[in-house]
Amino acid sequence: MSNVPSNLHYTKDHEWVKVEADGTVTVGITDYAQAALGDVTFIDLPKVGKQLESADVFGTVESVKAASDLYSPVSGEVIAINSSLNNTPDLVNREPYEKAWMIKIKLKSAAELDKLLDSSSYQSLL
Amino acid sequence: MSDELSRTPLYDLHVELGARMVPFAGWEMPVQYSGIIEEHLAVRNKAGLFDVSHMGEARVRGKDAAAFLDAVMTNEFSSLQPNRARYTIMCYPDGGCVDDLIIYRMSQDEFLICLNASNAAKDIAWMKSQVGNWDVQIIDECSQWAQLALQGPFAEKILSSLTNLKLDTLKRFAFIMGEVAGAPNCIVARTGYTGSPGFEIYVPAAQGSAVARAILAKGKPDGLLPIGLGARDSLRLEAGYPLYGHELSEKISPIQAGLSWTVKFSKPQFIGRDSLLRQTEMGVSSTVVMFSLNDRRIARPGATVFSGDQAVGEILSGTLSPVLNKPIGTALVASGINPETLTVDIRGTRLPLQITQNPFFK
Repeated sequence: MSNVPSNLHYTKDHEWVKVEADGTVTVGITDYAQAALGDVTFIDLPKVGKQLESADVFGTVESVKAASDLYSPVSGEVIAINSSLNNTPDLVNREPYEKAWMIKIKLKSAAELDKLLDSSSYQSLL
Repeated sequence: MSDELSRTPLYDLHVELGARMVPFAGWEMPVQYSGIIEEHLAVRNKAGLFDVSHMGEARVRGKDAAAFLDAVMTNEFSSLQPNRARYTIMCYPDGGCVDDLIIYRMSQDEFLICLNASNAAKDIAWMKSQVGNWDVQIIDECSQWAQLALQGPFAEKILSSLTNLKLDTLKRFAFIMGEVAGAPNCIVARTGYTGSPGFEIYVPAAQGSAVARAILAKGKPDGLLPIGLGARDSLRLEAGYPLYGHELSEKISPIQAGLSWTVKFSKPQFIGRDSLLRQTEMGVSSTVVMFSLNDRRIARPGATVFSGDQAVGEILSGTLSPVLNKPIGTALVASGINPETLTVDIRGTRLPLQITQNPFFK
């Protein structure tokens, strides 16, 4: 069974979104996604400052089996990337919701958060 | 062809073990259990058990069996001793490959052939079409056998505790028949597709699951793991073994694939001889090369290989080598290109191919 924490938002593309106290969001991929990918070997992330529209490809996650695109759940500016994934991409398999966060985004519009799935809606897709 | 996927006699066991099942060559097969890298390292350092029951089997029987195989295969079988096996290619007249095979000599007039799952029906039809006046019968035994591969440094210790067959004197590419874990009429061969030491075991289909369970239970204290197709691919690539449909195909001959040692031109006639001889004497337009990358990105099949700005080839196989901890693979590259100029395009990034002559694991 996949772990789906109730305090996060989700997309149908198996990304999670955490709304931080300052209104920025942190993005990663879900436990279900990491299990489906298998051993993650490489993660390509955007540069800080990149402007993303919702559903833009913001990077690539590569496992032994396949390379998969990462889609931005929201619109906004990339304000941080998790550079520890360069050397330890397998963090995505071990701690997908905590240490393996991928990017932080400064939202263009908080209203976009309403379009995301809550944990029970996401769980029902799995 | 039916869309329905076939299941091996070990299907229920795979599900019990929590395998992720995927369609492969018309079969529903385990791609991984605990994880490709962990499974790969278990085979290299301890032991692993593979279900390879999707592989096909055909028996060739008759007074002319050896002569027939000499005429249809690139390698030589009249010289093969009983209880020994030999690797071969089966070619079309133009030198393209019908399949690559291991053939076991059961007796003077009888051979058992191991066929790739995706090619089994095609292979049997091809061999039957070549029978002509030979005194030989081709018998489809695909559904009669479960095939297990027990590979890794502890394979012999584990298997010897489940059989009275004498394994310690069994040479590479030799086999014996007898009882394994209570199942009679098994074939135990010292062969494999991983580069690590071990055995391939043919078990009558009805006993396949019981024998697999016995091996898993007996091997557990030694760190034996069930291994899926994902690690099977990374193990064989590290060891430099070709996979039909990648390094060998109807378009890629054994000469191009670097398998000239399987082609016995000393035989006066066999299917493909003229074409393969011409390729050997005149050279081939492209050859298969092995490479590693000094990067984390994996070059996937179909990715374009460049020399400067010129496209000169394509990737055939690619994975991460858990032993080297870097990407490895094979590519089909135009002949005569300086290997130091080769790069692969991975999603817009050009990475230099580090070409190697030797397998990454031996």
